[in-house]
Formats: sequence, structure tokens, C-alpha cells
Amino acid sequence: MVTGVVSALAAVVAPAAQEGAFSPVLPWAILGIPLAGAILNGIGAFLWRDNRSIPGAIGPIALVATFAVVLVNFLGMQAAEPHDPTVVGLWTWIESGSLRIGVDLQFDQLSMLMCMIVTGVGSLIHIYSVGYMKEDPAISRFFAYLNLFVFFMLILVLGASLPMMFVGWEGVGLCSYLLIGFWFDNREYSNAGKKAFIVNRIGDAGFLIAMFLLFVAFGTLDFVPLIENAGSLAYGGALVTGITMLLFLGCTGKSAQIPLYIWLPDAMAGPTPVSALIHAATMVTAGIYLIARMSVFFALAPVTDAVVATVGAGTALFAATIAIRQYDIKKVLAYSTISQLGYMFLAAGVGAFTAGMFHLMTHAFFKALLFLGAGAVIHAVHHAWDHDSHGQDGHVAHGDPNDMRNHGGLRRLMPRTFLFMWIATLAISGIPPFAGFFSKDEIIWYAGAYGFPLLWAVALVTAVLTAVYMTRLMVMTFHGSSRTFGHGGAEKTKRLLTESPAVMWVPLMVLAVLSVVGGWVNIAPALPLPDVEWLHHWLEPIFEPALHVMQEHRIEAAHASPIGGGEALWAEISAVLAVIAVVVTFRVLSPRTVPTEAEAPAETGFSKILHDKWYVDELYDRVIIRPSLALWRACWKIVDVGIIDGTVNGAGHVARLFGWMGGQVQSGRVTTYLVVFMLGALLVLGVLA
Amino acid sequence: MNEGTALSMLGTPGAVALMVSAILFTIGVIGVLLRRNAIIMFMCIELMLNAVNISLVAFSRVHGMEGQILVFFVMAVAAAEAAVGLAIIIAIFRHYEVVDLDRFNLLRW
Repeated sequence: MVTGVVSALAAVVAPAAQEGAFSPVLPWAILGIPLAGAILNGIGAFLWRDNRSIPGAIGPIALVATFAVVLVNFLGMQAAEPHDPTVVGLWTWIESGSLRIGVDLQFDQLSMLMCMIVTGVGSLIHIYSVGYMKEDPAISRFFAYLNLFVFFMLILVLGASLPMMFVGWEGVGLCSYLLIGFWFDNREYSNAGKKAFIVNRIGDAGFLIAMFLLFVAFGTLDFVPLIENAGSLAYGGALVTGITMLLFLGCTGKSAQIPLYIWLPDAMAGPTPVSALIHAATMVTAGIYLIARMSVFFALAPVTDAVVATVGAGTALFAATIAIRQYDIKKVLAYSTISQLGYMFLAAGVGAFTAGMFHLMTHAFFKALLFLGAGAVIHAVHHAWDHDSHGQDGHVAHGDPNDMRNHGGLRRLMPRTFLFMWIATLAISGIPPFAGFFSKDEIIWYAGAYGFPLLWAVALVTAVLTAVYMTRLMVMTFHGSSRTFGHGGAEKTKRLLTESPAVMWVPLMVLAVLSVVGGWVNIAPALPLPDVEWLHHWLEPIFEPALHVMQEHRIEAAHASPIGGGEALWAEISAVLAVIAVVVTFRVLSPRTVPTEAEAPAETGFSKILHDKWYVDELYDRVIIRPSLALWRACWKIVDVGIIDGTVNGAGHVARLFGWMGGQVQSGRVTTYLVVFMLGALLVLGVLA
Repeated sequence: MNEGTALSMLGTPGAVALMVSAILFTIGVIGVLLRRNAIIMFMCIELMLNAVNISLVAFSRVHGMEGQILVFFVMAVAAAEAAVGLAIIIAIFRHYEVVDLDRFNLLRW
């Protein structure tokens, strides 16, 4: 083993010495380690039924080791600054005629950035999970799925061709399904898993058809030749528009955009670390990654871009309005995720690909932090109730630990979580100097600068709404009076509710630091701040073809917003707006007494519409699901039972009828036989004579 | 040899024998068809067989001895048939105490 590693290292060091060339270190290990972790834990799920420390060790160690390998590669690429991607071929997967699909890994700035996010944030979430899932008997299965997810996610981002990416795309979908339905003995949870899987199928169909079209047009599915030859497609032509629209359909499924976003809120049925890793930080950003990867095609299709930007901005606003009126802490964060993903699509749609990737990165930090913090709260409330029911009077009925109406006043009991959550809230609200400010502001600016004034306004409004719903979440969870044991139960809460262990809050702290400094890697030159454009520079080789196309065919980015004012001014305005939104929301909500979940009155009026999520699930139920079911029922009753079964059974019935008719001749009466016999004999005589 | 010559070669006694044969055969057929008693039907079958025997003997005047040889075969088979048939009828009678064939229709579909 050791000699193998040494020789592999020696093999890659020699070419790495060449000037300007980058050669990846241990490329197979990036995929191999998480897969090995998944297999070990998968076996362990059967072997170590009573041992929770072994799986608890394997999962995080595998991820940290992967992160180390990725980090080495990242630093190597940082030093070499290669212009072209490095493709490492492992073996041939499919070879048929002119089609050749290899198990190839593509190492370039985009895939390394995604790998860093996936393994970095993933490592922290794995460590956190050790504490969060400590008491779950199926912890081995949990880590097996989680490692498997990372494996597939890395295939998704490292795959050098669309089919390889599709393998990862489907693989993460599978893991998402497995982890949403992790507690599968709850029917509602396992249904949520199925919903996620089925809704994603619709998008996947689009992805597949886009792949077929690309193969027909180019005869290859590898990214490098595809992007090189993309220019052969006519600008704004039907083919490129069709391809990109179908790809975007795939993105709306995976990245939870209108119209396929409905699975993500239900996906919160999974354990909270899963929500943080899969349904906030990594998997749901796969759609943005796909657009970034195929950016030159999107640049060639202005119609698709307008659709992408509109859907993104629309989703951002729509989900933000729902988030304002949710009580389940994870649901708020889920809709917030949908909303922030909308921002990323808005960026990709208007052509600000770097801004989209930037927001993807900062969002991974602060949304993972928010989810893990919410997980810590849920964990603590759950435990407090558990201790209570084990205490004096046997089982005490409690509500939903996710419901913010059952939280309140946790700031003194969970001071670290409280601090970190506020950092993440300020980051997502877009308040400088936290990470979200830089990325979100860039998106809003480019939406206006590239000539989408309406979407620019929507993005600004959504930014304010974001600050409002996040502050509401913080106020309801951490401020005010304790409601965990009812309004009078503050003393009891104080006794039973405790801060989470170090294994949980240390990852939170790391993410909190990242949520602060994460935005400093790319500060717009217009801002009165140090000019750092690391990310922009880093991703330049990736987006170069797309920007080239855009410069050729489209208007230049304006230097003023749709209603005047430069970038710096509007950055300040949006920051001030966010601060005002946070302060006003805090002032308005803090003095209010929140009713507990049990005594809460029913929602009325417009807030009921928001609370019930604009009735979109109901609409889909009426418009799509029920007519489909009616159609399939008709197919069953009429086509299958009526026509197909009818034909088969009819043939049988006819045969039986003939049989019955023949049987009637056999009356068993000798005299009848004799009469017939005689008549027959006479007939024969008559014929012969 | 045409019909006319064959009949003329039979002569009067042959013609009478054929007529007797035909009458006996018809009686047998009618008996088999109309009667229900197994014994009587059985006897009618014997009647038909013997009617055939008579016609065979009559035709042997024209066609040679083969017809008469065949009569012995028929008599042998009829004897065997009588043994088996009567045994069956006795078995039926012992079981049901009737020999009316209309009462037996077990062997049907």
C-alpha cells in the first residue's frame, strides 16, 4: 500500500515539474476514498450493529482524507495556473461505433473549486454528524449513504463527459432519495424520498434528450471537444436553444427551481446534516455547475438565458415569500435555499457565471452553517423533551422539535450556536463584510447591468425579504421567552436544554469563519475596498469561451443601474436596505409573544396563503397528478382489463363454447347414439350406392 | 358382372332368402332403436347379425364359399359378444336392479 502510494506520487511529480503544466495527484483516490468509506460502512451496517464508534470514525476520516488529496491538487493547480483542463482517463466505459465514453476525470478550475466545496463542507458536516447521529442505531448505514453521496458528487463534478456527469447526477439523486427516506419506517418520510426521486426524473428526461441532441450535432459528449466546437452552432439557433432549454429543465429538477422545486421542502424529512450537505450546500447546486460547465452553449442561446434568468428571479422571490410564513425551522431554510438557488440561476441567466459560482460557494458556507445550527437546536430541544419524559411522570406529549413556536429564548442556553447562526443570518441577508454580501450584490448588479431591469428589481426585493425571514427565524428561535415547555416552562428548559457537544459546534465555528471571510475572495473592483478578484481570475479559463461569445453578440455591461447610480452606490444601498430590514424585523417581532405550536391560532387571509405555500402542491395535485391517475386508471380499466384481457379471455371463452357444444353430443344415452349411428350408416350407404 | 345378372343368378330361393334377411334385419334395427330393455336390444342385435348371415349364405351361391366361411366367423364373434354383453347386463342388473338403458347415461361429457 505504502509503496504503491510512493510510486504513484513519484509518477506524478516528474511531469508536474514541467513549466505551466498541471498534473493531478492521486486522481483515483479522490473517488476511491469515499467509495471505500461507503463500502466499509455498508458492510459495517451488518457487522457492527452495536458499535457506533467505528462507523462514526470511518465516515469523517474518509472525507477528511479526500479533502486532503483535493487540497493538494487545488494548491498544485493554483501554482501551475494551467489554461487548459487536464483530463485523466481511467478506463473505457462504452465503445460503440463512433461513440466512445471513457471513465475520464477532468481537472480544471471549475471542477477543483467544486471539489473543494464538496469535500471541505462535506468534511465538516461528516464530523458534525458524528455528534448528531450518535444515538441513531443505523449510524453505519447513514455514513455509508453519506460517503456514497460524496463519491457520486465528485463523479458529477469531475466527470469529463456528459454521460459521466449524468452517472454522478443520478447517483446523488439516489443518495438523496436514500437519505430523505433514512427513517423509512415513517411513511411520510419515505414518501418524501419518492417525491424527490420522481420529480427529478422529469428534469433528467430533459438532460438525457439534450445529451442525445448534442451527440447528433457533435458526435462526442466529452466536454473539451464540445466546448471547443460549440462555435459551430448558429448564435440563437433553434438547436442550441433547444439543447440549453432541455439542460435547464434538468437543472430545475436537481436545483429545485420553478416548476420542479416542490420536492426540496419535503426533502427536509431527512436527518439535518443531510439537509445541510445535500439539500443546501452541494447536490442542489449541481444545476448551476451544469450551466457553468456548458456556459458557452448558454451564451449562444439568448432566449434560454432570458428564461433561466426569469425563472431564477421568479423562484427567488416566490420561495422567499413562502419562507416568511413557515414555522418549521427547516422549512424556512429549505425555501431560503430555493430562493438563493434562484439567485444563482439569475446570475447564470444574465451571463454573470462567475457571480453565480461565487454565490454557490458562499451559500454553501452560510447555508450549511444555518442548517447545522438548526440541527443543533432541534437536537437540543429533542433531548430536553426526552430527558423530561424519562424523568418523573413518564411520557409527556410534546410537539414538533422543528417548530420554531416550540423554541424561543435559546440565546442564553446555546450561546455558541446563537452566535454562529447570527453570523450566517447576516451573511445570507447580504450585510457587509459577511460573505453573502459580496456574492449576492454582484448578482443583483449584473442583473441590472446586463439589461434586465425588472429582474434587478425582483432581486432587490428578494434581498430585503431574505433579511426579513432570516431575522424572523432568529427571533423566534433564539430571542424572546422560552416556549419549549410552554410559556411558564423557562426554568425547566434551563435545566434540561443544553448546548451541543464540541463535535457539533466546532464544525459550526469553522463554517462561521468561512461565512465571514468567504466573500473576500472576490471583491468587485468598484467597491471602496481592497481589489481582490481571486475567484474571477481563477475561473477565467472556464468562462472565457462564453464571455467571448457574449462580447461578440450582446450589449456590454452597463456602468449604471436601470435607474442610475453606479455599482458602489447600489452595493451600499442594498446593504443599507438589508440592515434596515434586519433591524425593523427585529424591532417588530421581538416584543411579540409567540403562541406555542399547541395553542397557535389558525392562519387567516394572505398569511394563510403563504403558510400553505401558495397551494402549489395542491395545484399540481389537481392539474397533473389526479388527471394522470385518472388517465392511468382508464388505461387500466379500459385498455388493459377491457381490451387486452378481454381478447385473451374471449379466445378462451370461444374455445370453451365449442367444447361445450361438442360435449352436448356425448349425452351418454345409448339410444341416441344408436339412432345417430343408424342415420350415419344410411347416409354412407346412400352415398356409396 | 352387373346387378341384373347377379340377381338373376341368385334365382328364386336366393331372392327369398335375401328378402327374409332384409325383413329380419329391419326387425332387428327397429327393435334396437325402439326398445329400452337391454336384453331385448341384445336379442335384436343377434337378429341383425343372423340376418346378415342369411344374406351371406344366399350370396355364396353366386360368389363362392367365402361368404359361408365368413358366417362361421360372425357366429364366433357373436358368441363372444353374447358372453361379454350378457355379463355386462347381469352386472348392471345386479347393481341397479333394472336393465332399462334410458336410466344409464353416466358416460357423457
